[in-house]
Amino acid sequence: MAHAAHGSNYLNAQKGLWSWLTSLDHKRIGILYFISVMTFFLLGGIAALLLRGELFAYNVANSAGEMAGQLLPSADAYNQILTYHGAIMVFMVIIPGIPAILGNIFLPLQIGAKDVAFPKLNLASWYCLMAGATLAMFTMFSTKVDTGWTFYTPYSIKSGTAVTTMVIAAFITGMSSILTGLNFIVTVHKLRCPGMTMWRMPLFVWALYSTAIIQVLATPILAITLLLLAMERTFGVGIFDPKLGGDPVLFQHFFWFYSHPAVYIMILPAMGVISELITTFSKKTIFGYTAIAYSSLGIAAVSFFVWGHHMFVSGQSEFAGVVFSFLTMLVGVPTAIKMFNWVATMYKGSISFASPMLFALGFLFLFAIGGVTGIMLAVIPVDVHFHDTYFVVAHFHYVMVGGTLMAIMGGFYYWFPKMFGKMYSEFGARMSWIFIFIGFNVTFFPQFILGAMGMPRRYFNYIPAYEPLNRISTVGSWMIAVGFLIALYTIINGLINGAKAPKNPWGSKTLEWEADSPPSVHNFDHEPVVTAGPYEYK
Amino acid sequence: MINGVPVQEHYRDASHQFASAKEGIWLFMATEILMFGGLFVGYLIFHMKYPQMFAEGAQFLDWRLGFVNTLVLIFSSLTMALGIYFCQINQPKKAVWALAITILCGAVFMVIKYFEYTHKFHMGIYPGRMLDLEMLNQHLSSIGKPAIASTNLGMYFGFYFCMSGLHGIHVILGMLMISWCLYRCMRGDFNPNYYTAVEGVGIFWHIIDLVWIFLFPLLYLVG
Repeated sequence: MAHAAHGSNYLNAQKGLWSWLTSLDHKRIGILYFISVMTFFLLGGIAALLLRGELFAYNVANSAGEMAGQLLPSADAYNQILTYHGAIMVFMVIIPGIPAILGNIFLPLQIGAKDVAFPKLNLASWYCLMAGATLAMFTMFSTKVDTGWTFYTPYSIKSGTAVTTMVIAAFITGMSSILTGLNFIVTVHKLRCPGMTMWRMPLFVWALYSTAIIQVLATPILAITLLLLAMERTFGVGIFDPKLGGDPVLFQHFFWFYSHPAVYIMILPAMGVISELITTFSKKTIFGYTAIAYSSLGIAAVSFFVWGHHMFVSGQSEFAGVVFSFLTMLVGVPTAIKMFNWVATMYKGSISFASPMLFALGFLFLFAIGGVTGIMLAVIPVDVHFHDTYFVVAHFHYVMVGGTLMAIMGGFYYWFPKMFGKMYSEFGARMSWIFIFIGFNVTFFPQFILGAMGMPRRYFNYIPAYEPLNRISTVGSWMIAVGFLIALYTIINGLINGAKAPKNPWGSKTLEWEADSPPSVHNFDHEPVVTAGPYEYK
Repeated sequence: MINGVPVQEHYRDASHQFASAKEGIWLFMATEILMFGGLFVGYLIFHMKYPQMFAEGAQFLDWRLGFVNTLVLIFSSLTMALGIYFCQINQPKKAVWALAITILCGAVFMVIKYFEYTHKFHMGIYPGRMLDLEMLNQHLSSIGKPAIASTNLGMYFGFYFCMSGLHGIHVILGMLMISWCLYRCMRGDFNPNYYTAVEGVGIFWHIIDLVWIFLFPLLYLVG
């Protein structure tokens, strides 16, 4: 233990499981989140592999009446696994992903604070996530909830499965999200170190701040929606029930009023990570710092006014549809501002293709496709054709996986030396990138074509014409799985055998790199004093 | 500890910590208001669609009981504010009394609510689908009033029970938190430099009162 000679750090200051489960240190809580979210990711990933496995072959009954090509026991099993995959990945992986893991560890470090504003609340929000996740897992695996992660009425009211418990579980994980967001807002407002003005904050912090605003303002709507759904199932209050004059489409309005901003809860922190990676690995001051910061706030603001684009075919008025269509295209403006600024940052930069940068470049490529197809789907006539087809599935996977997950991986490789004080194998990291990046495109690009051909989403079988592309897609999912296994091996190997990491292996300029690797319990030996912006590469 | 104030090490001083805590409370209050906001939006939509149903349903609520409850809660807001004030001027004994009266007011509110709810259950009024129109009409004919033909009266009571129920849960939570403040106040935790918990719970209590001030006309006086 080389660092033991220099004294203790946050990892070894206290020992034993109990010291971790009761820790108020934001860095340790981040590690707790890391372990739990990665476990959920593994479960959600296995569900995804099962879904793709089922779709590998077209099911046809042979002469003996047996289904050939069928992997899962039944169509119902497919629906249940689809629900597991969606609910786990959305509520337990991508929403807490970057803010709760990387944000928890690096937000205070990047603004020179000793901790987040409310350390106990921080730990409480981890326990909320764990309680919600445990309840959700228990419900899903014991009663086989089959509504999909959106819980659309009227099916969710009629379904004989334990939707109520599932909804309560989602409510509790929502609570966790609110508490994290609240904590981050106050931390950013109150705990910046001397000289760290708002306009000197790293762009990752700006992204987390914008995300936190959405978390605090949108999640309560999900809370009341889910409570009303639980009431509807328990007492039949009638608000979503047409028999009593209620309106099932109102549920969709309520649900997407949260769940569309939630999409930006997922992607904004990813954009923050990318800003850090691009500037660090281009060795160049970020281009358009202010524009990127404002565009984060802009996306947060617009996110509240676009929910109707999920409902173009749900019977909302044509006028509403047109308004939502235009508002949705507006999201493209701040997003494109970010893209152009990132590209301009790389222009004439001294670019190194270290593994975090590879993930950042992968993000730029995949997110551009995800974003542009998003604009296509905002056009009503196009959406009417593509609605509920694999085109939509491919679109949001390009944004969520190609965007957020690439950023999680890039950010994780970037900050790994700081988090654990060890270096990982660059070769392993690059191999994981190659498999994930290529596998991702092999999996999801054919789905655009399948969607354009009219293959509906959420079905466990299809007509023979769709088989070749589905086979390619399934093979791609195996490549992604191999990529993540390589990443897991690289990380574990780095933890055990990695060389000791220097303070600032990448030559970054933000504050967290001035702390030790890994940081001490109090983050900095002396309170830092900031005199310049975050990316002053000379 | 700085001047008898437990200041956590990541804050500069007591006032820094106090301002941060207060901002956290206000943000949490924003989430509370937005959560009730979902119910208010639902109410608004269906009130526009079925104004008659809301007028019909409101007849079954006793506005006098609602009015008494409104007064009780407004008075409790005053005593809550006094509780904070007495902590600020270092008179913990008076603060204990003020907080105790606030809890008592919450209890009075809940007892009145209990009688309102059970009275409705006796008439067959339950939320939504569970509303027993036959039982309700029997009750109406026994007191010489015309029968109700409406089929979606249940939805009004869906709103009534959801809105007042969620509010009632918050009143109970508020009472528990005020009790915790009361206990800490008796233990002598608070002084003019440190009364964050009372202030925070106070803000919560006022917001809950404010929600009721909107619920009272919307549920009892509508129509």
